[in-house]
Amino acid sequence: MSTLKVPILSEMIARGETPDVLFWVGCSGSFDDRAKKITKAIVRILNHVGVNFAILGVEEGCTGDSAKRAGNEFLFQMQAMQNITVMNGYGVKKIVTGCPHCFNTLKNEYPALGGHYEVIHHTQLVQDLINEGKLNVQGGAFKGKKIVFHDPCYLGRANDVYEAPREVISKLDAELVEMKRSRAKGLCCGAGGAQMFKEAEKGTKEVNTERAEEALALNPDVIAVGCPFCNTMMTDGVKHFNKEEQTKVLDVAELIANANEL
Amino acid sequence: MISSILFCLLLIGSVALFTYNARKIRRNIFIGRELVLQGSSAERWKTMALVALGQSKMLTRPLSAIMHILVYVGFVLINIEVLEMLIDGAFNTHRVFSFMGGFYNFLIGFFEILALGVFVGVVVFWFRRNVAKIPRFMSPELKGFPARDANIILITEIVLMTCLFLMNAADRELQFQNYDHYKQAGSFPVSSLIFGGMLSGVEPITLVLIERACWWIHIIGIFAFLNYLPLSKHLHIVLAFPNTYFSNLLAKGQLSTLDSVTDVVAPNFDPAYQAKTDPNNPQRFGVKDVQDLTWKNLLDAYTCTECGRCTSACPQNITGKKLSPRKIMMDTRDRLTEVGKNIDTNGGVFKDDGKSLLGDYISEEEIWACNTCNACVQECPVNINPLEIIVEMRRYLVMEQSSNPPALNGMFSNMENNGAPWQFSQMDRANWTNEA
Repeated sequence: MSTLKVPILSEMIARGETPDVLFWVGCSGSFDDRAKKITKAIVRILNHVGVNFAILGVEEGCTGDSAKRAGNEFLFQMQAMQNITVMNGYGVKKIVTGCPHCFNTLKNEYPALGGHYEVIHHTQLVQDLINEGKLNVQGGAFKGKKIVFHDPCYLGRANDVYEAPREVISKLDAELVEMKRSRAKGLCCGAGGAQMFKEAEKGTKEVNTERAEEALALNPDVIAVGCPFCNTMMTDGVKHFNKEEQTKVLDVAELIANANEL
Repeated sequence: MISSILFCLLLIGSVALFTYNARKIRRNIFIGRELVLQGSSAERWKTMALVALGQSKMLTRPLSAIMHILVYVGFVLINIEVLEMLIDGAFNTHRVFSFMGGFYNFLIGFFEILALGVFVGVVVFWFRRNVAKIPRFMSPELKGFPARDANIILITEIVLMTCLFLMNAADRELQFQNYDHYKQAGSFPVSSLIFGGMLSGVEPITLVLIERACWWIHIIGIFAFLNYLPLSKHLHIVLAFPNTYFSNLLAKGQLSTLDSVTDVVAPNFDPAYQAKTDPNNPQRFGVKDVQDLTWKNLLDAYTCTECGRCTSACPQNITGKKLSPRKIMMDTRDRLTEVGKNIDTNGGVFKDDGKSLLGDYISEEEIWACNTCNACVQECPVNINPLEIIVEMRRYLVMEQSSNPPALNGMFSNMENNGAPWQFSQMDRANWTNEA
């Protein structure tokens, strides 16, 4: 594995350079130890292909998604306007992100506050790179393995992106299987709507246990996800059933980066 | 002559009563806040054609979709026969359209087959609710009136269809017997099969009695049903159309932007910012009661037919939490009905009754359980959006009451101070770039 090249936008601009795309890392991708691995996998892909990208670094702040979903519109708009001021100042046009929550917020909720960008999810970028012939995906370690994809709500139902992650996974020569509740009928991992940051209400079961049980019933080698929060929830769910030896929870970016030994 | 007068009085009375109640529902819906509609009307007509007329969202559950389409098509087309009954009733004629001859025979035969479809569909629906006890019909929010409501509708339809068959079969037998004005008209493929043998050779006077009784029960049943609609979940047969026309056409993930908040926040970033809302007429942040919802939310509530697809797809409900998106819609409608009655009894003005939708109907426990995953919105066959109501109530609790689960305070203050929901320093945000 080569060293990561992660240009910072402010430094690029200072050198008079402009990136083609801003990589929005997100809070999870910046701070959560598990999610940082996904972030690095995305960077490995970007570096491998030679995508001209940059990150905001310390100038990036939370998009405010969880605050908005929790009803704190003030905090959301404060976060959004700070980020928009920074990005508009740098003339950002296109954003790629590894987090469907950031994706949805940047794409759908920033325009009303003055932030107009083309926003894509990393699985869409990878799909584009494959289609353009810039990225050649081999099955590698995942050849013939059974992979089930868990749809993130904020990529799937919220924005109707169902095919990009599946098309990317299909390049791995793996056996892509589907849960009964998939695509538009996909069951949430349990993290969305600010649930990640609070205890669940009284019930009979945790949502992530319900979802992990459904995925594990297919005996997959890998549960593929496209969201750092889903990753946390599904990883915990797999641990709940003591299946972490048999079944790995991996982001689509990790599948591609690992298969290609980037 | 007397029967014509009686019939016309019944017809006028039932249409008048229905109009009166329908206007009340319209008034109640427009208690809601203004809403800026997005998207073209062409797209709206298309959505209505697909979702309401074409029932495209029913297809995800094939058995109920097929049964529902039988009942729906039957209901719509058999109304053409009701038109004939209305004319017959008003002018004391018998089968006034029978002059169409062969085409009339075809129509009556076709309607009988449709009526059989309705009958089968309704019986299957009754069975699913009362014998098979499909889980989504067993939820706590359906106890009492809602369960009764469903059965009243189904049994009324069974009675209506049975009367139709019995009436036709008696008519057919009278035609055979060349009795009085019962001239040869219509073909009766279904009713002859069911009741033909039973009625064969029966005295004409008994047959006339059966035929007339069924005719009156059928038409009075229809008048009664019309007036039951405004009190019932069955109102969906009308409101599904406007409700899908006024569907949200934006990405499901997009929540509304509160302009009143932007007016406070934006001047910090742009001194030249022009306020979008009237500062002299401040509105409550979020939703406490039905008056705070938009008229589309309230139209949603009246449109809901309590099928429970939303609740059966809700991750929180599946895992035993109190939240049920269907209950959110039913509570909204019930509170709105209560507010409407309050307005009626207080001379057209709402008098504070010390109650509100949030608190007296919907609990905070329900509101905070939501994942905002949009499964309920996706599932709804008539494009109702329970999620909007939930998020608006959170807005009220957080921004007006500072009443949120304590754990969220940490997330809020971290985001405010460090720009992340966790307690990490903003300056460490790019540290991962230097980690192996």
